[in-house]
Amino acid sequence: MNSVFSFARLGALLIKEFIQMRRDRITFAMMLGVPLIQLVLFGYAINNDPKSLPAALVATSNDPYTRAIVAALQTTGYYRFDHVAQSAAEAEFLISRGDVAFVVTIPADFARRVESGNNPQILIEADATDPAVASGAISTLGTVASQALLRAQGTQEAAAEAAKGQLDVVVHRRYNPEGISQYNIVPGLLGVILQMTMVMMTSIALTRETERGTMENLLAMPSSPLEIMMGKVLPYLAVGGVQVVVVLAAAKLLFAIPFTGSMSLLLTAVLIFVLALVLLGYTISTIARTQMQALQLTFFFFLPSIMLSGFMFPYRGMPDWAQAFGEIFPLTHFLRITRAVMLKGAELPAVAGEIGWLVVFVALFAGVALVRFRRTLD
Amino acid sequence: MNAIDVHGLVKRFGDKTVVDHVTMSVAEGEIVGFLGPNGSGKTTTIRIMCGLLTPDEGEGTVLGFNIRTDSLRIKREVGYMTQKFSFYEDLTIGENLEFVARLYRLKPVEEHVASTLEDLGLTSRRNQLAGTLSGGWKQRLALAACIMHKPKLLLLDEPTAGVDPKARREFWDEIHRLASGGLTVLVSTHYMDEAERCHRISYISYGKMLATGTVAEVVRNAGLTTFVLQGPRLDQVAEALQGRPGVDQVAPFGATLHVVGSDKKKLEAALADVEKEHKGVKVSPGETSLEDVFIQFMSGSKDNMA
Ligand SMILES: Nc1ncnc2c1ncn2[C@@H]1O[C@H](COP(=O)(O)OP(=O)(O)O)[C@@H](O)[C@H]1O
Ligand SMILES: [Mg+2]
Repeated sequence: MNSVFSFARLGALLIKEFIQMRRDRITFAMMLGVPLIQLVLFGYAINNDPKSLPAALVATSNDPYTRAIVAALQTTGYYRFDHVAQSAAEAEFLISRGDVAFVVTIPADFARRVESGNNPQILIEADATDPAVASGAISTLGTVASQALLRAQGTQEAAAEAAKGQLDVVVHRRYNPEGISQYNIVPGLLGVILQMTMVMMTSIALTRETERGTMENLLAMPSSPLEIMMGKVLPYLAVGGVQVVVVLAAAKLLFAIPFTGSMSLLLTAVLIFVLALVLLGYTISTIARTQMQALQLTFFFFLPSIMLSGFMFPYRGMPDWAQAFGEIFPLTHFLRITRAVMLKGAELPAVAGEIGWLVVFVALFAGVALVRFRRTLD
Repeated sequence: MNAIDVHGLVKRFGDKTVVDHVTMSVAEGEIVGFLGPNGSGKTTTIRIMCGLLTPDEGEGTVLGFNIRTDSLRIKREVGYMTQKFSFYEDLTIGENLEFVARLYRLKPVEEHVASTLEDLGLTSRRNQLAGTLSGGWKQRLALAACIMHKPKLLLLDEPTAGVDPKARREFWDEIHRLASGGLTVLVSTHYMDEAERCHRISYISYGKMLATGTVAEVVRNAGLTTFVLQGPRLDQVAEALQGRPGVDQVAPFGATLHVVGSDKKKLEAALADVEKEHKGVKVSPGETSLEDVFIQFMSGSKDNMA
């Protein structure tokens, strides 16, 4: 008789765990409902392509070119010129207070320079404190302004060709020079939501048995540490799988996130990530003595992983030591994989290294959990 | 071969010695009662025997398996009923039994579960959540679950605490039925009547084994003398007896007074005095009960609960 692993015993543990999960309606609803609610809430709230942002215009002359450019910017939907500043200083005040997200400055000599073909410039200052705010508005800017200018020149019957390509749009991203890409947030949210629910649920897996007094019985019966671990981890892996499908479907339907890359590659990576998470949670539950301790440990892990994984702040913007520290979180690697696969259409070779990292986490957490598992009540 | 053979077991929690050089043997087919006040180390000793705790000192075998190295084998052959109900309250009776049947790889599962339910008269309650059962039914479920895999040894930790007398009687009938089928039983209890239903008893107090043997042996070896007093105003007599040399226990029993002492001469002298002082009091020799012996043990052993 094999004492280390038997499918019959694992089956017993799995069935028991699924029944308990089903009976615990609130937790079950939480595991499936909360991710969806969070996705919708954060996904819409954290809009990284916001429109109709307040803008201030600093324009001293009222020539047709200036008017054409302002009109064109307004038509993009990004800019809402509800402030007209009289001076650069006033505009500076508005943006520093956060009253406006942009200051568009069209110099007094703009018309003259356009007509003489002498390198006309407009200046856009963007409040990039939250880099996501500015990126959409800025990315459309150059073309919109140039086209507007060309049209304006056409109506003035001036030499359109001469001015073509000459408009110089100077962009100053203020306060935070590094912007993040447009669809960052939803893949990131997937990772964070999974991490939150999976680690938290499994971190109380063993402490709950201990606190309810069922651990003594479980240990008195012939189940091996490996079976107990798998019996706890696999049901949550299944829940994680369902969560992934729900969140990805919602991402597609609600946010039209492009899925450029291979779906099977993405799902494989996500499942390995979820496995690493449930094993991490289980490891926590072999260390914590009470459910409270387990939750504290979970949060202790949770916050730095959000901060340093590249979810909150651009990874490349962090100092070297912080980047090195960030590598120890599965979320960091997961974010790289999802962004690469979902948005850039990366194939397996490009993300194999990161997937390898996740596999290392799986092995590491499983190993620690098995070593930490107490077969006795000592 | 004895079903249980352990010697010199020591278990410490911090600097507190909870089990202090406990030696115990239980022959096959025997029902042994494990007695002792709360916190005296019964549960801890039983846990060591079924491999749930590692002893700090001492050796032993359970069903021939070493308690230190073979705990997995022991777990497969022993049925352990925990002091606190430790099956899943959010699973039904049937689901709990199915869980146990699968863990022990009993095949076919359904047959084992059905016959267990049948034996215990729980068939109609199969789909009831275990958490909604009353104390007595929980005990029966726990017993049913831990004998399902036909263990050779049953370790029962206070199985009848908080169970009504009828259910206790039925429980013990069941234990005797199982023992006659060759099962060995070690059962911890507080109830004297239950101790009397055991083939042998062991009394542990604050980690130390104080007495072992049949009830008659334990009573005899305790060397106590008991007198029964009858007459008027026994409450005043009791008061007069308290604290006199030779008088260890004074306890009213209905219309009589039981007086117990370990030194027969001094006790007789004390009683002679009291008989003179209180007219109408009649002193006659009495039977020392197991309870008298245990109370003697309890007042004699120093408290190490603190
Ligand atoms: N895990 C533990 N850690 C510390 N002390 C314990 C532990 N388990 C039991 N004890 C202490 O050991 C003593 C004996 O407990 P126990 O074996 O449960 O006694 P009994 O079952 O006879 O009532 C008690 O004082 C109890 O507080
Ligand atoms: Mg106890």
